[in-house]
Amino acid sequence: MPRRTHIQTTLNGEEIDFLCEPRQSLLEVLRDELGLTGTKEGCNNGNCGACSVLMDGRVVNSCCVLGVEAEGSEVVTIEGVAEGDTLHPLQQCFLEEAALQCGVCTPGFIVAAKALLDSEPDADEARVRHWLAGNLCRCTGYDKIVRAVLKASEMEEVSA
Amino acid sequence: MTTTEKPDYKVIGTRPIRPDGVEKVTGKALYGADIHLPDLVQGAVLRSPHAHARILSIDTSAAEAMPGVLAVVTHSDLPVVADKVLDMGEGASTASDMSKNVLAADKALYRGHAIAGVAATNVHDALTAIEAIKVEYEVLTPVLNVQDAMRDDAPLLDESRHTRTPSGEESEDASNVAAHNRFEGGDVEAAYAEADVVVEREFDTKMVHQGYIEPHNGTANWNSDGTLTVWTSTQGAFAVRGALAELLQLPVSRIRVIPMEIGGGFGGKIGVYLEPVAALLSRKCGRPVQLTMDRTDVFQATGPTSGGHMKGKLAVKDGKITAAEVSLAFEAGAFPGSPVMAGAMCMLSPYEVENFKVDAYDVVVNKPKVAAYRAPGAPNASFCVEQLIDELARETGADPLQFRLSNSAREGTRMITGVAHPRIGQEETVQAAQASDHYNSPIEGPNRGRGVAGGFWFNAGMQSSVVASVNPDGTVNLIEGSTDIGGTRASLAMQLAETLGIEYDSVRPTVVDTDSVGHNDVTGGSRTAYASGQAVYEAGLDIQQQMVARAAQLWECEAEDVEYADGALRHTSDSEKTMTFAELAGKQMETGGPLQGRGSVVARSPGAAFGVHVVDVEVDPDTGKVDILRYTIAQDVGTAVHPAYVEGQMQGGVVQGIGWALNEEYYYGEDGRMENASFLDYRMPTSLDLPMIDTIIVEVPNPGHPFGVRGVGEVPIVPPLAAIANAVHDATGHRFTELPISPRRVVEELHNLQ
Amino acid sequence: MKEIDYLAPSSLGEAYAALQNGKTSAFLAGGTDIIVQLREGRKQVDQLIDVKHIPELTSYAWTDDGGLEIGASVPFAEIYEDDEIVRRLPCVIDCATLVGGIQIQSRACFGGNIGNSGPAADTVPALIALGATLTLGSAGGTRELALEDFFTGPGQNVLEPGELIIKINIPPQPANSGAFFHRFIPRNEMDIAVVNVGARIDLDASGERIEGARISVGAVAPVPLYVAAAGDALVGETPTEDTFARAADIAADAATPITDMRGSIAQRVHLTRVLTYRALDRALERAREA
Repeated sequence: MPRRTHIQTTLNGEEIDFLCEPRQSLLEVLRDELGLTGTKEGCNNGNCGACSVLMDGRVVNSCCVLGVEAEGSEVVTIEGVAEGDTLHPLQQCFLEEAALQCGVCTPGFIVAAKALLDSEPDADEARVRHWLAGNLCRCTGYDKIVRAVLKASEMEEVSA
Repeated sequence: MTTTEKPDYKVIGTRPIRPDGVEKVTGKALYGADIHLPDLVQGAVLRSPHAHARILSIDTSAAEAMPGVLAVVTHSDLPVVADKVLDMGEGASTASDMSKNVLAADKALYRGHAIAGVAATNVHDALTAIEAIKVEYEVLTPVLNVQDAMRDDAPLLDESRHTRTPSGEESEDASNVAAHNRFEGGDVEAAYAEADVVVEREFDTKMVHQGYIEPHNGTANWNSDGTLTVWTSTQGAFAVRGALAELLQLPVSRIRVIPMEIGGGFGGKIGVYLEPVAALLSRKCGRPVQLTMDRTDVFQATGPTSGGHMKGKLAVKDGKITAAEVSLAFEAGAFPGSPVMAGAMCMLSPYEVENFKVDAYDVVVNKPKVAAYRAPGAPNASFCVEQLIDELARETGADPLQFRLSNSAREGTRMITGVAHPRIGQEETVQAAQASDHYNSPIEGPNRGRGVAGGFWFNAGMQSSVVASVNPDGTVNLIEGSTDIGGTRASLAMQLAETLGIEYDSVRPTVVDTDSVGHNDVTGGSRTAYASGQAVYEAGLDIQQQMVARAAQLWECEAEDVEYADGALRHTSDSEKTMTFAELAGKQMETGGPLQGRGSVVARSPGAAFGVHVVDVEVDPDTGKVDILRYTIAQDVGTAVHPAYVEGQMQGGVVQGIGWALNEEYYYGEDGRMENASFLDYRMPTSLDLPMIDTIIVEVPNPGHPFGVRGVGEVPIVPPLAAIANAVHDATGHRFTELPISPRRVVEELHNLQ
Repeated sequence: MKEIDYLAPSSLGEAYAALQNGKTSAFLAGGTDIIVQLREGRKQVDQLIDVKHIPELTSYAWTDDGGLEIGASVPFAEIYEDDEIVRRLPCVIDCATLVGGIQIQSRACFGGNIGNSGPAADTVPALIALGATLTLGSAGGTRELALEDFFTGPGQNVLEPGELIIKINIPPQPANSGAFFHRFIPRNEMDIAVVNVGARIDLDASGERIEGARISVGAVAPVPLYVAAAGDALVGETPTEDTFARAADIAADAATPITDMRGSIAQRVHLTRVLTYRALDRALERAREA
C-alpha cells in the first residue's frame, strides 16, 4: 500500500480529515474516499467542468487539484449547496426551468453558477454565458441553463 | 400551432417538476460510476496503439504477477459465438463482430481497440498493470476514409468480407464495402433532360461523436451461483442483457442488468463495451469489478457516427423537384453497420420527388465501429440534399421556404421506400417557420446571411412494458423499464395521470432492473414518450377497467352502468353513486385485493417528425469564424406532453448540429490516430458560442397514439448542418461542401490559401 | 498516475533544498497542466513541489516606479479582480481572462503558463509586448532575463536544475502607450490559440507619431516569438492602415508554423497578419486613451 497523507480540511462546512495518496486528485478523494459522488468526472483533464467544486470560495475543477492540496482549505461540493431540505435558489430554478436533461453536468453547473451569483448577483446573460463556458452540457443547448441562472439571480435569497 | 382541436388535457401540456429532479440537482442521483459495492475492485483496459494491425501474440504473465492484480482477460476468455444478428434497437450487429469489438481477436482494427482487461485492487495498479502486457503486432496500413477504402487495391480490414449487392448477391472479390443498396423510381434521366435547372455537387463529412458528458462505465458481479449482475449507464438495460447473454453464452434469465442513471447517450450508449469485460474479470477474480473509460477511450473506442462522401444531382421543373440522384458512402468503422440506409431513406422524405435513384454504400474503415447518434445517418444525407434544394430555390428565384412548401410531402405521398406517409405535419412545420418572427425580420449588415433547411426522422415504436400499482391512499407507483435520459419519468407519469384523471404528483415512476419488469426496448429512436407512453396508457385503461368492475361490485350493478371519467367513478343512472379514484383505491382489500394495471405494447405507428430551421450567421472573412446570431426551430411534435422538455430536446439537438456544422470532427493523423481525443480539441459548443435557441412547437397529432404523441428527440439534429451551410453561403457567396465549416476551412477557401 | 511525492515548502530556501534532494521534480502551482500531464503519462517525475506556500511567489505588488511584479503562482483570477491592474495594465487582463475557463483561472498562474513553455501560451505574447522580465531563483542566487529569452523549444526553457520562476516583472509603461493581446480560437472560450499576438504602441506626446512598438506572436513557431523587426518598422511612422499592414506582413513573414489539429500552416500565417493588424489597431486605441 503506497504511503498516504493525513489531510485536514473543511468540507461542506464540516471539519473533517482523511487519508490519501499524493497522486489522488481531489475528485478521486471526494468520490472514492469520502463517498461524495455528486461531483462528476466528465473528462479528467480540466475541459468540461463536471467536477467543479468551490475551494476557498473559488470554483475549480477538482480533477486538476490534488487531494493533498485540500489541507487547511474550505471545500464546498454539490452536496453542500442546499441547506438541509431547502434547495438553493439555483437548484430550484434548474428544476422549474427544466435546465437539466441527463443531469450529469448539473452539479458542476450549479456549483459554478453559485460561485458567480455569490460574487455577482446581478450577472446578465452575456456574463452568465461567459462564466459558464468552462462547463460543458451536451443535452440542453444551454438555453434553459442560462435562463435558470438568470432566474435564480432575480430571487431575493441570492441577491440579499 | 395546432392544426386540429386539441382535447382539453389536464396534465398533458403542463410543465411539472420531474420526479428525479431533486436527486439530480443535489448530487444524490447515482450514475454508473457512482456505484460502490462491498469488495469492489477496479479495472483497466489495454487498447491498441495501432489503427490496423495483426495481433501475433499477447503475453499477460508479467501483468498477472504484479502486486494488486487479480485477473487478466483477453478475447480467448470469450466463448465462440455464431454470426447471429443482434438487434440492439437502434442499429444491429452480428454477435461475432460484437465479440471481436469487445476484445480484439486476431486483428486490431482501430486505435483504441480493446486488447485485454485487468482487474486490480485499485485503478492505479490496474493502469500500471496493463502497461506490462506484451502484445506483438504486425502493423498494417490503415484505411481512413470511404474513398480510399473503396479502391480496388485498398488494404482489406477483413479478407473474408464481400459486398452484398443490390440484387442480394455477394460480390466476387473481397471488399471493404459491406453492402450496396439501391432505391430507384421513375426515370431520372428523362427528368434531367426536361429540367429547368439541374444542380450537382459532391459533399464530405467527418466522423463525429455524440459527446455525452458521462464516460462509459460497467460494473459486474459474477455471483457464485452462476448468475451475473451488471450495473451500467445504458439506454437499454434489456439490450445490454441480450448482448451479454449472446456474448457470454448465458441464458437471459441468469443476467440481471441494473440501469443506473445515465449521463447522456444520444444513441451511443446502446452497445456494450466494458460490461462483458467486467463480467469476465469478475468471473476470474470472484469479486465485483468496475470499469470506467476516460475521455480519450470514449472518443477512440466507443461508437461515434459516420463521416462519408456523398454525390447529389437534383433537378427542378416549373418549381417542382423532378429528380434526385444521390449516392451516399458512409464509414461504418471497423465492422459493418453504418446508418447509410437510414440517411438514404430520410433525406428526401419531406418532399414529393417522383424520379429518384439512390445508392447507399456501407464501408468499413480503421476507425471505431459507429453507433447510433440522434437520427443516425439523416444529418449527413440532409447536408447534401438540403444544400442542393437551396441552390435550386436560388437558381429559380424562389423563396427557400416557399420552395420547400410547394414541394412538401403530405398524407399519401410515397417515400423512396414506396411507403406512403400517414397524416404528417411537414407543411404545417414549413408554414410555422414562414410565419415566425425570425423569418419575417430582415437580416442586415455585412457578412451576415440567413439559411434554412428541413429534416425528417421516422421515429421508432418497438416494445414497451409497464406495471402500475394503485396504493390505498390513491397514489400510483409506475414501474417502467425505459432509461430516463432526459425527463421521461415525467412524461410517462403525466400520461398515466392524464389517463387516470388524477394529479401528476399522485404518480410516482421508477425505472427498474431487467428482473423487475417486462421487456423494454431502448430509449432511442425518439420512442419512449411515444411507445412507453402508449404502454402507460394501456396500463391506465387496465386500471380503469378493473375499477369499473369493482365499483359495479360495490354498487351491486352491471359494469356497463359504471363510467370512469376525470378520476372518478359514476353510476350512469344513479347520481348518488360516485366515488373518487382515491376512495376506491382505499377499498382494494374488500373488492378483490391489490390493484395493478399492466400495459405491454408493440408500438407500430410512431408518426414521423419534421423540422424546419432558420439560422442567421455572421462570418468574419478574415478569421473564418462563423457566429450564430439567431436560431429558430419549428417542429411537429404531435402533442407536447411536457413542453419544457420538448423544447429542451429541440434546443439540444440543434446545438449538437451547430457543433457538427462548425467545429466537430475526428481529426486523424496518417497513422490512424485521432489527434484531438479530448474535450479541449474536439470542440463542442460552449454556452458562450450560442444565442438562445427559439422553438416553435407545431402540434399535428399522431393518429397512431392515444394522445397524439410523436417522437421529438432526434429530428432537431437533422437540419442544422445544411441550414448553417446555406446561411454561410448567403453571407459569403461561397458554398461549403465539406464539414466542419471551421475557421480553418473558411479562411482557406475564401482566401484560396494553400 | 504513477506514485509520486508531494512537498509544500513554505520558503524559497526550503524549495531550493527540495530541488536538490536527488529526485526529479516538477512544480505544482495551479496544477491545471502538470496534474494532467502526469496523469496522462506525458511527464514523469519523482516529486511535485507545491509552490503556493512561498510568500515571494504568492503575492504581487506595484513598484515605486510604476511597474508591476507578479509572484509566479498568483492565480489569474486574483490579478483580474484587481481594479487597479484592470485600469493600468489592461493588456495583462486581456490574457489573464482568456486562459481556460473560470475554473482554470481560479488556479492557473503566469508562472505556470510560462514555465510550461507551450508555444501557444496565452500570457506570453501579452507580457513580451509589455517588455516583461522574469526573476529566476536558485540556491545560488537570482537572475533576471527578458521573457522572450526564456524559451528554447516546445515545453523547454532555460531553467537550470534547481531553479524556479519567482516572479514576473512588468516594467513601467511609457506615457501615451497602449497594449493589446489578441487571440484566435475556433470557439469563444476553452481552446488553445491557433495564433495569438501581443502588441504595444508608444506614441509621442502629440499622439500622431509612433515612438516605439513591440510585437510578439505565439503558436506559429517552436517558441513564442518576439518580432522586433515588426515593431521597429513602425518607429517614426504615423499610425495608418498601411503602416500597420506593413508591420503585420513582417510578423507573418516571421511565422514558421506547423499544421496540426488546431490549424494549418497557411491559416496560421494568414491569421498572424490579421491578428497583428487588429492588435495594433486596438493597442493604438488604448494608447490614445492613455
